[in-house]
Amino acid sequence: MTALTLTPNIEIADDFYADLLAAHETLSKDESDAFNARLLLILANHIGDRVVLSEALSAAAKAAGPR
Amino acid sequence: MNKIFEVPLYPYERSDDQVATRPARHKVIVIGAGPIGLAAAIDLAQQGVEVVVLDDNDKVSFGSRAICFAKRPLEILDRLGCGQEMVDKGVEWDVGKVFFDDRQVYEFNLLPEEGHERPAFINLQQYYFEKFLVDRARELQAEGAPLDIRGRNKVLSVTDHGDYVGLLVDTPDGEYRLEADWLIACDGAGSPTRAMLGLDFVGRVFEDNFLIADVIMEADFPTERWFWFDPPFNRGQSALLHKQPDGVWRIDLQLGWDIDREEEKKPENVIPRLKAMLGEDVKFDLEWVSIYTFQCRRMEKFRHGRVIFAGDSAHQVSPFGARGANSGLQDTDNLTWKLKLVIDGLAPDTLLDSYDVERILGADENILNSSRSTDFITPKSEMSRILRDAVLDLSEHYDFARPLVNSGRLSVPCTYDGSPLNSADALTGGPERTRPGAPCPDVPLDDGFLLRALGDRFTLLTIDCDAPEEIEEGGVTVTRLALTTANDRSGLLKERYLGDAPSAVYLIRPDQHVAARRTEFNEPLLRAALRRATAQEATQ
Ligand SMILES: Cc1cc2nc3c(=O)[nH]c(=O)nc-3n(C[C@H](O)[C@H](O)[C@H](O)COP(=O)(O)OP(=O)(O)OC[C@H]3O[C@@H](n4cnc5c(N)ncnc54)[C@H](O)[C@@H]3O)c2cc1C
Repeated sequence: MTALTLTPNIEIADDFYADLLAAHETLSKDESDAFNARLLLILANHIGDRVVLSEALSAAAKAAGPR
Repeated sequence: MNKIFEVPLYPYERSDDQVATRPARHKVIVIGAGPIGLAAAIDLAQQGVEVVVLDDNDKVSFGSRAICFAKRPLEILDRLGCGQEMVDKGVEWDVGKVFFDDRQVYEFNLLPEEGHERPAFINLQQYYFEKFLVDRARELQAEGAPLDIRGRNKVLSVTDHGDYVGLLVDTPDGEYRLEADWLIACDGAGSPTRAMLGLDFVGRVFEDNFLIADVIMEADFPTERWFWFDPPFNRGQSALLHKQPDGVWRIDLQLGWDIDREEEKKPENVIPRLKAMLGEDVKFDLEWVSIYTFQCRRMEKFRHGRVIFAGDSAHQVSPFGARGANSGLQDTDNLTWKLKLVIDGLAPDTLLDSYDVERILGADENILNSSRSTDFITPKSEMSRILRDAVLDLSEHYDFARPLVNSGRLSVPCTYDGSPLNSADALTGGPERTRPGAPCPDVPLDDGFLLRALGDRFTLLTIDCDAPEEIEEGGVTVTRLALTTANDRSGLLKERYLGDAPSAVYLIRPDQHVAARRTEFNEPLLRAALRRATAQEATQ
């Protein structure tokens, strides 16, 4: 059992995804990178739990594509 | 130029040892009269251990290196008899401001915890620090303490003969030989002793240069610590402004890696940089300017037979967090009582191996903290800069991001968790912060403060319970200090030493770290704890 939720959990996922794209729409690459970093830190703080955060770091690393 | 740099503090004097027919043998020789060597010598001499300090120089440390001294080192200096001078001369500060780009992103107050005799921090030039230590050494000498400081005595070679150490020393009157039962090498980050013994010093070099300037100015900047990330006057880099006594200000400017160090140090290049920072009309004089590259590294072991390393010779950190001299003082605090017991034949020499265990734990903690600060201040990849800048932008708007801003973490003493000298914690409900291995936090008493009452011997601290006034085990005496919560007006004795426990007995080491604690006095267990704390019995 892991502490991190990796099953669908976002309400109306398509809407959220559209919001995410919209937030980046008018931003340059640099601004987008900075935005992502701020967003990441806000979400990480909301989660707070170090076990969940560690699992999230590994989960993200594991899902890297074959590029 | 400040006069204190030029006057010899411990001028060369010919010693009888130089004309002796065979090398004189001393109990302890300390190489280096920097802050750490001086502290070691004072501590030993104060306890009656004969000690000779050799330094290749005869003056205080050139320029102002260390400026921030934290609470624990000040408490150690109290034990050494010169804490008050430092605090009286030093500047206290609580407020820090963080700037990013052209704006202040936030301000913080250290809000030091109540109920300690000493402040969280003072700022004091290292040359004053060293001078006060030498003053204290002179005071001890006047009282007849067995302490000798020999200026312009440069150690050329060190040989460990197993049962003593041999040294070859150069002086203005030529070379001479010395012998020591024990040698403490406090000869700084470049430690010649380390090199002579062929020992390694590995770690990380940060590819960056910092211009460190001390300027004297009549300015109305407040007594605060100001830290800039990526300011307009030093684009892409960092800067620090911090106050010291006598109207001296410390300025750090990050310069990057590819610079011409000699060029950058020239006043014609330094002054415009400082003007850009301070404003065109601020009048100032340069006291001292230098350019540093910082590193974090340590020796694999600090004890090598009869040669023991302490301070920068054993470990080096970047200055963010002020952990250099601060941690070096904790080295000698840890070492001297052990060495004294071994010299007096009251403990086996394996007690000194616990110095390695405990202070390597401390060094690793300091290296970790100062490496993290350096990584935050000088991001080395595009993504680490993006994340760093995101933290700073967020910190302007949201509290949560402020603890992530890392311009140096306050130097705090190490808790020796897992040390072979600790006995298992037997105080149910006792506070975490005073668990075995922890440094004792101060508490106000009716007539002064707890740490003063602990002094530099083994103490049996009893709170609301009975115990004998004195116990002797194998020649080591433990003296009781009886306290009660009935007089605990601040409630801090209970908060820091009892927690939810109804009563407590603490066995406290001469360096004021907790060795053992339990609810009630139990003689056989106390004796076992004392034997363990002096390496005469294996850990439970
Ligand atoms: C810019 C800067 C800022 C700093 N800020 C802080 C701070 O705010 N707080 C803090 O705690 N620390 C700070 N430090 C670190 C602090 O200066 C050092 O940790 C401290 O000086 C170490 O003391 P030491 O006695 O171990 O070594 P040193 O001070 O280096 O002393 C070594 C001594 O050994 C002598 N010696 C060397 N070789 C021989 C030989 N062969 N024979 C005889 N004698 C010899 C030298 O002459 C010298 O006197 C800072 C350092 C720098 C560079």
